[in-house]
Amino acid sequence: MPADIAPPKLRSDVPFFAGLTGFIGLYIGLIILLVLANVSYISWDDLVTAMTDEAILSSLELTFWTCTVTAILSVFFAVPIGYSLSRFNFRGRTLLDTLLDIPIILPPLVVGLSLLILFNSFPHRDNSLEDWLNSHGIFVTFHIPAIILAQFTVAAAFAVRSMRNTFDQISPRGELVALTLGCNRSQVFWEVALPQAGKGVLSAGVLAWARALGEFGPILVFAGATRGRTEVLATSVFLEINIGNLGGAAAVSLILITLAISTILIIRLAGDRK
Amino acid sequence: MLDVKQLSIQAGSFQLDSVTFSVETGSCTALMGSSGSGKTTIMEAICGLRHINSGVINLAGTDITQLRPGERGVALVPQDNVLFPHLSVREHLAFGPTIQKWPKAQMSERCDELAENLGIRHLLERKPAMLSGGEAKRVALGRALATRPNLLCLDEAMTGLDDDTHREIMELIKSTIARENTTTLHITHSLREAHELADTVIQIKDIAQLPPQTI
Repeated sequence: MPADIAPPKLRSDVPFFAGLTGFIGLYIGLIILLVLANVSYISWDDLVTAMTDEAILSSLELTFWTCTVTAILSVFFAVPIGYSLSRFNFRGRTLLDTLLDIPIILPPLVVGLSLLILFNSFPHRDNSLEDWLNSHGIFVTFHIPAIILAQFTVAAAFAVRSMRNTFDQISPRGELVALTLGCNRSQVFWEVALPQAGKGVLSAGVLAWARALGEFGPILVFAGATRGRTEVLATSVFLEINIGNLGGAAAVSLILITLAISTILIIRLAGDRK
Repeated sequence: MLDVKQLSIQAGSFQLDSVTFSVETGSCTALMGSSGSGKTTIMEAICGLRHINSGVINLAGTDITQLRPGERGVALVPQDNVLFPHLSVREHLAFGPTIQKWPKAQMSERCDELAENLGIRHLLERKPAMLSGGEAKRVALGRALATRPNLLCLDEAMTGLDDDTHREIMELIKSTIARENTTTLHITHSLREAHELADTVIQIKDIAQLPPQTI
């Protein structure tokens, strides 16, 4: 730098970091306020009643295991689909990519309605998929499988997006080297790509689990809201509001929030430790 | 012997034609050329990682042109090593033999031999994240040589190493390919490196018809 030119005076970084902190603070503040508002609305009696109510407890149990089954199923589908989209250029890839967005874009009620129609009026109203399944002793609509299917339809789409991003971030060059070392495509996937995607698989599972937990619209339409039968926690909140028990609804919401935060936290901490 | 005849390779809008050269068994040939002239494209085509429009590649008396990468007996050491982050050094050395289902005793013997010759015995349980640049290069070399390939491809394998490590790795590669009697194709920008390591130095413009913009 020429001697006669003074070095520029740098402006402070404080406004930049203040801006970042402001955005984080506002959004986190909104989330915390939502939870606090919920907590402040609940009386001790509401909470005790909710936590000892047999219907709520059975919906808690049903929610936990349907979400878990949905998350596992979603990961099973998301891993190969995400890998294919990330690694291979094939005809119709853009169309496939767009189709995979449908469950994300559609209003939840439409997903439920579409599932209802698919199972009960397809291919014919008098000879539907549900009729055929029923004749083989399998009941889907308004039964527990409908909950899992409704959750899976939406959650898997999010898991696929997550897995695709994971594989996009892993360099394919290692897989090329593995090919020269004697691997076929399947071995490259199992021995090289998938082990590197471990954390991504966990994230996709957590995302699917959380998505399934929050699902309500498709479940309401496709599985119904029968107390003690197809009642998950989101349905319980709806049923409590319906009978005017806002305190009970808020108590169930708090259980839902606690379940979500603790499960996701445990899985993430376990993943980090790995 | 590697014998490449009239190879035509398309890589996007880039095209290489009439690529013809050979490498004698057990010798090392350095392939030189300016950046973007297609050296790596040729190497990838020989490895089976790039589609070939026409031409023939013979290796050790076998036409490998249409074979899949893993059936060619060609091993690759890329510039950036591309080690597998989830595998230990021992697992890297055993990777090829495991995939090729070698008997356990033979595999273990080969890993020990390579670990000894490459000076990485003390690193066997480490993961790539815990290796220095020179150590990672030794592991990449060991992984490539483990299955005793008919051709070893070094794709600018010594670029980016500091002077001391470069010298050390150069000596190691020289002694290793001599010991293993491996036919080697080495891509490099450095004329000094090419003359030091290779028995023959070829320029890409002398063995291929290049697109006008790369000449």
